[in-house]
Amino acid sequence: MKFSDFVATDAIRAQVKAGTKEGVIREMVQSLVDANRIAASDQESIVKAIMKREDLGSTGIGRGVAVPHTKHPSVTRLVGTVAVSPSGIEFESLDGDPVQLFFLLVSPPDRPGDHLRALESISRQLRDESFCKLLKSAKGPVEIQHLLEEADSQGVVS
Amino acid sequence: MSGADTAGAQTLTREVVVANSQGLHARPADMLAREARKWQSRIELVGEAQRVDGKSILDVLTLAAEAGTRLVVEATGPDAREALEAIGGLFERKFNEHGTEQTS
Repeated sequence: MKFSDFVATDAIRAQVKAGTKEGVIREMVQSLVDANRIAASDQESIVKAIMKREDLGSTGIGRGVAVPHTKHPSVTRLVGTVAVSPSGIEFESLDGDPVQLFFLLVSPPDRPGDHLRALESISRQLRDESFCKLLKSAKGPVEIQHLLEEADSQGVVS
Repeated sequence: MSGADTAGAQTLTREVVVANSQGLHARPADMLAREARKWQSRIELVGEAQRVDGKSILDVLTLAAEAGTRLVVEATGPDAREALEAIGGLFERKFNEHGTEQTS
């Protein structure tokens, strides 16, 4: 699965304003509402579901990366976005480090395979330290979009 | 790390099946990598198309192993047997996931 299969380009944010875990999740869900990928009426319920998932164990998977996610009946296909916090946010991550790079995913409840393939794409690319660094230091959403496109076109993600 | 620990140590393997309905998503991948890191042995997971480091959550996630996927766990080192026992147990207990709630 490619990034372009699930990342809503219009919802990419290079400099989140939030400084807390819930704040960044809220801001990213808002960006998906603004990009017309999810309905404003579902926003609160999606934020709550993602926070509930975080309560089970942080999705901060290390290397300054987190993958907050949930299943939600309001979506019929996997939708996601990317955000960067240049200063980093405390996320109770597995290695204890603050998180700068966020991939937020909302998937339909009946498609666990799609969710797995999105996680695969993300983790495969993030094993590349320089790709991680480039994303974290991206100056704007367009730069992030280009980096994701480049990763897609290299065919490393299939 | 010196090669002395694994030199001459035999590699033990165990076949496992991903039995939880949601597959090896973030939480089970984390449980697996955490368990693997407790052991001195090198732990690798072998899928159909690739071999990954069982101690790395990023590596485990790249398997994108859905429910029903068969994998081989390979352990090489002095505590290989115990490591395989512990890791095999995680798969057998379906990573403590029951039903379809709390699965994402």
